[in-house]
Amino acid sequence: MSEQFEQGVAVLRDQIDARISSYLSSCVHCGICAEACLFYTETNDPRYTPIHKVEPLKKLWQVENTFWGKLGKSLGLIKPLTESDFADWEQLVYDSCTLCGRCSMVCPVGNDITYMIRKIREGFSVAGYAPDGMKEATKRALTIGSPMGVTFKTVQAALAHVEKDTGLKIPIDQQNAEYMTLFSSMEIVNFPEYIESIAKIFDAAGVSWTISSQAFEATNSGIQIGNKEAAAELVGRVVKAAESLGVKYVVSPECGHAYTAIRWEGPNLIGRPYDFEVVHILELLDKLKAEGRIKLEGKDDTPMTLHDPCQIVRRGGVVDPPRNLLHSVADHFTEMTDHGVMNWCCGGGGGVSANERAEELRIKSFDRKKHQLEELGVNTMVTACANCRIILEEGLEHHEMDTEVISLTELLAEHLVSGKTPN
Amino acid sequence: MIGEFIDGPLWYFSLTAFVIGVVWRIVSIVRAGVRPDLSIARGSAGRGAMRAIFSRFVPERTVTTSSRLQLIAGYMFHVGLLILLFFAQPHIDFIAERITGLSWPAVPHWVFIVAAEFSFAGLILLWLHRVLNPVTRLLSDMDDHIGSILVFLVMLTGCLALAQSHEALRLIHLFLAEVFLIYFPFSKLMHAFTFVMSRGYTGATMGRKGVNA
Repeated sequence: MSEQFEQGVAVLRDQIDARISSYLSSCVHCGICAEACLFYTETNDPRYTPIHKVEPLKKLWQVENTFWGKLGKSLGLIKPLTESDFADWEQLVYDSCTLCGRCSMVCPVGNDITYMIRKIREGFSVAGYAPDGMKEATKRALTIGSPMGVTFKTVQAALAHVEKDTGLKIPIDQQNAEYMTLFSSMEIVNFPEYIESIAKIFDAAGVSWTISSQAFEATNSGIQIGNKEAAAELVGRVVKAAESLGVKYVVSPECGHAYTAIRWEGPNLIGRPYDFEVVHILELLDKLKAEGRIKLEGKDDTPMTLHDPCQIVRRGGVVDPPRNLLHSVADHFTEMTDHGVMNWCCGGGGGVSANERAEELRIKSFDRKKHQLEELGVNTMVTACANCRIILEEGLEHHEMDTEVISLTELLAEHLVSGKTPN
Repeated sequence: MIGEFIDGPLWYFSLTAFVIGVVWRIVSIVRAGVRPDLSIARGSAGRGAMRAIFSRFVPERTVTTSSRLQLIAGYMFHVGLLILLFFAQPHIDFIAERITGLSWPAVPHWVFIVAAEFSFAGLILLWLHRVLNPVTRLLSDMDDHIGSILVFLVMLTGCLALAQSHEALRLIHLFLAEVFLIYFPFSKLMHAFTFVMSRGYTGATMGRKGVNA
C-alpha cells in the first residue's frame, strides 16, 4: 500500500461528515438515480448508476463506521479499501460524472449523490487517481494562471481587439471600481465576443468595472479534479485581487463551475467570508435591466430554447434571470421538456471536457441533448456557459445537426440600445 | 416456557435494543458534524430543509415513467405497512398494553386486509425488481435482502396470527418482530428515520442557494 494511497484514504475519511453519514445510512439501493443520469440513460450500463460511483466512499464508511462492517473486517470477511478499488473506480468518478447534480434531485431519500462524488474526487486526486488531462489543467492553472495556459498577455491581446472593435476603453486594475469581472480561458480564446458584449453593456449601463491583471481567470480546475489546496489557491488569487482593488462585487462569467467555485465553495475553501459579494453575470444583467440601466430593443422572432448550465442553474440557483432576459429579446422562446433545475447536462461539465479519455462516452451522452432538441424542433439554443457551448457545438457537429448555439450575454448585447443610461 | 420468554424478557430486550440502537445511530451521525457554510446564503436553509423533507415524497416527473413500477410498489408497500403497523387492532392493543397505555381507533377489518394485500404485493414487487433489474441487482447487498426477507416474514406471520386463535402463531410473529427490532438499528432499515436527515441536509444546502430541491 503506497503512502500516496494512504494519504488519499485519509482525505476520503475526512470527507465523512454528518451529511455523508446520513446519506449512506439512508440509501436503500433503489437505483432510481440511474434514470436521472445521462451516462446511464444513454448507455444502459448499470455501472453508471450515480450511487454506484460512490462505492469506495461507502466501503470506507461501512468498514469504519458500521457494526457489520467492523465485525466483517475483524473476521476477515470484508476487505478494507485497496488501491485496486481506486483504480477500478477512477473512470466512474471522473469520466462518467459531470457533477451536474441531476441525480441529487430525484433521490427518494434526498441524498446529494453529486456532493459525494465531488468529495470522493478529493481522496482520489490526493492518491494520484485522476485523469491526466485534469491533472495537467490543474498544473497549468497553478503555474501559468489558467488551465488553458492563457496568460495576462493573451488577455491584453484579446482586449486590444475588443477596444479596437468597440471604441471603448477596457479598465484594468481600476482601484475602487464597483465590479471586478472574471472570464474563463475559453471565453478569452474562443469567444472574445463575450468580452466585447460585456464592455458594450457595462458602458451603456454606466457600470463602474475593472479587470484585474492579477486574477482574470474564473475557472477552477482544483474544484473539478477535487484538489482542495489547488482550489483554495485559485480562489485565493481572485479574493486577494478583489480585496486589494476594493471592489464591491466580483462578476462570475458565463462559466458553470467557475460560479460554483467562487460563489459557493470559495469562502469555505479559504476559510472565511469575502469582503465583497459574488454575482453571476446573468444576475447582474437581470438587475441592470430591472433597474432600467440597460435598455433592449427589438425581439428576435427565431424560435429559441435555453440550455441551462447545471452549475449556474441547478447547483447555483440562478434559475429565473436567464429566463427573464431571454424573454425580453426572444419572441419565440420555448423551454425543453426537462429544463431549469431538471435540465439535462451537456455532458462535458465537471472536468469531463478536459478529460480526453472520456471523449467517446461524452459524445455518446450527447444523444440526450440531441433527443431533446429533436423533440422540440428548435434550431437555436441559447446558453450561458462557454464550456457548455463548446461541448454542445461539438455534439451538434458530430451529429451534423443544423442547430446554432449562442451566448445569452452576446444575444442581449445585440439588442442593446446604445448610448449611456444615467446611473 | 419459550413462549413466556418471547412474550416477556425478549420483547423488552428487543424494544430496548431498538430504541437505544436507533438513538445511538442518529447521535453518531449528528456527532460527525457539518462544517459551517461561509458563503452568503441566497435563500433559507431551514425552509429548504423542510421543503425537501416533504417534497421528496412526490417523485420528480423525469423518473415517473422509467421507475413507475418501483414508485407504485414503493407507495403500496410503505403506506400498507404503516396502516398495518399502527392502525391494526391487535397492534394498537399491544402497543397500548405494553408501551403507551393509550389506544386509538383502528381501521376496519376490510381496510386491514386491503392494506396487507397492497403491502405484500408492493414488497414482493420491490424485491423482484431488486433481483431482476440490472441496476438494483448490481447495487444490492446482503443487508438489502435480509431487511426485505425479515419484513416479509414479520408480515406473513402477522397475517397468519390475525385470528389470534393459535398462540403459537402469535408467538412466532412476535419473535420475528423482535428479531426485526434488534436487527433494525444495525441495518439499512434505519432509513425509516435517517431519510429525514438526508433530505434535510440536502434541502438545507440547496435552500441556501435558492434552489427548490
